Amino acid sequence: MSDNGSAGDGTSRKDHVGEEAALSERLRSLGQKLEQAKAGTERDAKADGAPSGGMQGMGLALRVASEFASGVLVGAGLGWLIDHFLGTTPWGMIVLLLLGFAAGVLNVLRAVGKVAQPEERVKPRPGVKSGK
Amino acid sequence: MANDPIHQFQIHEYFPLGNFAGMDFHFTNSALAMVANVAVVTGFLYFATAKKSLIPGRTQSVAELSYEFVASTLKSSAGTEGMRFFPFVFSLFMFILTANLFGMFPYFLTATSQIIITFALAMLVMLVVVGYGFYRHGTHFLGLFVPHGVPGAVIPLVSAIEVISFLSRPISLSVRLFANMLAGHITLKVFAGFVVSLASLGVVGVGGAIVPLLMTVALTALEFLVAFLQAYVFTILTCMYLNDALHPGH
Repeated sequence: MSDNGSAGDGTSRKDHVGEEAALSERLRSLGQKLEQAKAGTERDAKADGAPSGGMQGMGLALRVASEFASGVLVGAGLGWLIDHFLGTTPWGMIVLLLLGFAAGVLNVLRAVGKVAQPEERVKPRPGVKSGK
Repeated sequence: MANDPIHQFQIHEYFPLGNFAGMDFHFTNSALAMVANVAVVTGFLYFATAKKSLIPGRTQSVAELSYEFVASTLKSSAGTEGMRFFPFVFSLFMFILTANLFGMFPYFLTATSQIIITFALAMLVMLVVVGYGFYRHGTHFLGLFVPHGVPGAVIPLVSAIEVISFLSRPISLSVRLFANMLAGHITLKVFAGFVVSLASLGVVGVGGAIVPLLMTVALTALEFLVAFLQAYVFTILTCMYLNDALHPGH
């Protein structure tokens, strides 16, 4: 602000006050513009959450495939571990492979947005304090 | 050897680091690649932001853009509260991005094409999610696995499926990054190998080699896209999982 003041050293006090008012007015309008721009970028960020480009389909396919496979693999792995340590062969593997299959389908549905994420699916109950 | 597409992923030991808990540790080319990644990221960000000018120069713009990009990704999926994880997410993004892009240099090892490295990164994310979830919400965090509005009889079944789904996250997170980088680099090498094989067949072969050569050029461009895209996908999924830790449905 001192830079602006030094420019008008020779002018009367009245001019100086007017200048101050104009400056603060300008500051406010700039602040408003900045807020609008910020809101705009936030809206843009929400609008295109997914990466754009021709490779979107390929990326989605790879993602969906890995989601499904990982569900089945984890189910099979858990089943094998349970069988190995509890000696329940082959029941742990059978049950957990089926559950893993279901988890894989759930992963895929989540990945493509057909099923809400765990934290969105549940509306917080009125009486319960939310995580915030 | 020159045509072996897997050769580029071999780990070489440079010098031993010692013997801890019965395991031999060596400084490998993979370790060298990661040290170089970290050095490049740290050095770039340090020098790019050293001037702190109000009107950013080119390098400072890149640094600010990467900050803005990660920050907006994190804010849009985990809310402003998620910004407390910003250093973690930003480090992850920059590390994976540089590791992927380093792989685009000939003769450089892609650190993210080793599954153990991507798995370690994914487990780090999941441990942060689980650790912070329990620290912040205690046993309420387990509410993540028990959806409301489900009849009591099927809750054990649904919870089991949810738990398996949760456990499969680090697997899918790590396998996706690893498989993309591995498959991309192998494809690139195979097509480049065709050029050499065809060109050795004489005049007709040289003419035919133009097709795989064009393919190699196109694939190189594609690999750059995949390198960026996979770093972004890893980051956005990390943000979504962190959101689970911040606001588990309970």
